[in-house]
Amino acid sequence: MSRPLTLLAAALCLLAVPALAAPGDLGGAEKQPVNVTAIVMFFAFVMGTLGITYWASKRTKSASDFYTAGGGITGFQNGLAIAGDYMSAATLLGLSSLVFAKGFDGFIYTISFFVGWPIILFLLAERLRNLGRFTFADIASYRLDQSKIRTFAAMGSLTVVCFYLIVQMVGAGQLIKLLFGLDYAVAVIIVGVLMVIYVTFGGMIATTWVQIIKAVLLLGGGVLLCLLALSKFGFSLEAMAAKAVTSHKDGIKLMGPGTLLADPVSAVSLSLGLVFGTAALPHILMRFFTVPNAKEARKSVFVASGFIGFFFLVVCVLGLAAISIVGTDPQFFEGGKVGGKLLGGGNMPVMHLAKALGGDLFLGFLSAVAFATILAVVSGLALAGASAIAHDIYARVIRKGHASEVEEMRVSKIASLVLGVVAVVLGIMFEKQNVAFLVGLTFGIAASANFPVLFLSMYWKGLTTRGALWGGIAGLISAVACVVLSKAVWVVVLEKPAPIFPYEHPALFSMTLAFLVTIVVSKLDGSATARAERELFEDQYVRAQTGIGAAQASNH
Amino acid sequence: MSDSAVYQRVRQNPKFHELVRRRGRLAVALSVVVLGSYYCFMMVVAFAPDLLRTPLAEGANLTVGVPVGAAIIVVSWLLTGLYSYFANGEFEELNKDVVREVLK
Repeated sequence: MSRPLTLLAAALCLLAVPALAAPGDLGGAEKQPVNVTAIVMFFAFVMGTLGITYWASKRTKSASDFYTAGGGITGFQNGLAIAGDYMSAATLLGLSSLVFAKGFDGFIYTISFFVGWPIILFLLAERLRNLGRFTFADIASYRLDQSKIRTFAAMGSLTVVCFYLIVQMVGAGQLIKLLFGLDYAVAVIIVGVLMVIYVTFGGMIATTWVQIIKAVLLLGGGVLLCLLALSKFGFSLEAMAAKAVTSHKDGIKLMGPGTLLADPVSAVSLSLGLVFGTAALPHILMRFFTVPNAKEARKSVFVASGFIGFFFLVVCVLGLAAISIVGTDPQFFEGGKVGGKLLGGGNMPVMHLAKALGGDLFLGFLSAVAFATILAVVSGLALAGASAIAHDIYARVIRKGHASEVEEMRVSKIASLVLGVVAVVLGIMFEKQNVAFLVGLTFGIAASANFPVLFLSMYWKGLTTRGALWGGIAGLISAVACVVLSKAVWVVVLEKPAPIFPYEHPALFSMTLAFLVTIVVSKLDGSATARAERELFEDQYVRAQTGIGAAQASNH
Repeated sequence: MSDSAVYQRVRQNPKFHELVRRRGRLAVALSVVVLGSYYCFMMVVAFAPDLLRTPLAEGANLTVGVPVGAAIIVVSWLLTGLYSYFANGEFEELNKDVVREVLK
């Protein structure tokens, strides 16, 4: 326990000191290219985390250590790690740029990304912890047909993991190309290699600590930048808003709901996808199995949602500050044309804000943090994917539970290596593609294919294998179909004139369909297996509520 | 004692039903509060956006929407604290009683 803390402290010192010293050092820093600071800081982060990985590898002996850190993470640590998992580079860059471009509408998006967390606590956290062991398929298949439901749940997890990996890899490549001056392919390969090292050698212990460190760095960097920004306006949000209103082309309209969510169907569909998609992301669900009991699981959501909510509010302030500070400064626009294209693309306002307020050194620091953020998120994803392949498909479905722990761990390490290669290859293939639609698709699939099965298996006695399978497939197909026929793919990627599905987000339709099909098919299922499955619910219910039987499972 | 027999005994314990009833009621009530206020907010965004565009004070640039939106995040976080307080305190004790009585 003390070793990672020392390393953590060392890593923090390395990173924090130059950042704090930034304003005094500007003269010297400006002569050097930006990337040197960023690369040095990132190198320090990598060294620190590789040290942790080495330490973690000595402690990763069993499958339980590998997948869930032996259930030995405390609620507070897990809360920080969940926050680290959820606060991806997409939230820092994406949400702040949305506020930068659309004002209040960006704030509405931010709120929608948050609201899933309390719901996860109230409805899912204790049952997840009490029923699950390594993966969310453990829960979905608890009383249903092992091979069918487990295979489907594992496939659902892998689909979500792969799409999300592509998003992160492409984002990483572009960000690093811009901020570090490295080649796109080199950046993607670095991310892939580090991810595989963390996961195969350090398993969940290393992944958890990478996420904790990154969460602390991201929170620290965000808060520092927020304070610097507020100090420009005498620490008055009203003054900041006033300046933003005079600087932005939308004027005072900026401060109220605009056109982005004017259509109620889109608004509800987006929010259903975000709220319930969050509750079914495999790498997030997996974090609930790393704590010893339901009590710590609840504590971790309380801690995580506190940090996430706070960080989201900070991000919105950063977006608002960037409107007047970045939005009126010609040095951040291509060709120096204010109001034209932002240097490095629309996702860069926060990075430019860091440069405007803290100079190259702070920009370097934030770039390193963004890189670290991507690493932490892809590691969590790779681990979730590897567990779906090794634990669900290999050990439970192919070997029917007769695989030894050594064999299962070997497969999971091979699986994470394969996922690393796949992520790098897909990342390079998708370099020139617009991947924004993949975020919607990821959350849409999670909400439509994974969430209904997960939720009903814990809450509805009547669920049967047949119902879960049909409903899950209906959710998966309709979510993919809606996204392909929507503007993001049909018009932007396939270049057809008009979208067939008029909304951006599928969840309202695909999730409803998945629930309906699941319920109807389950009701109609009169087979003997269905009866037996319904009877098993009573015992599952007691375990879900009390945790009896769960404690043993985590001590393997 | 087999797992199934343990679960059978849990079901016969009145404290188990008390635990499930009270904790479930709290969870559902808080979910309704969080989702209810959030979807009310989204409906106002869609159907009465001018409400949120009202300035906070005469001539102010900040609108009513800013504190309302922030309140949704802060209040729903405080509610996670409230749930954890009861579920990890009183209900956890009740849960322990059930486990103790059944496994003794």
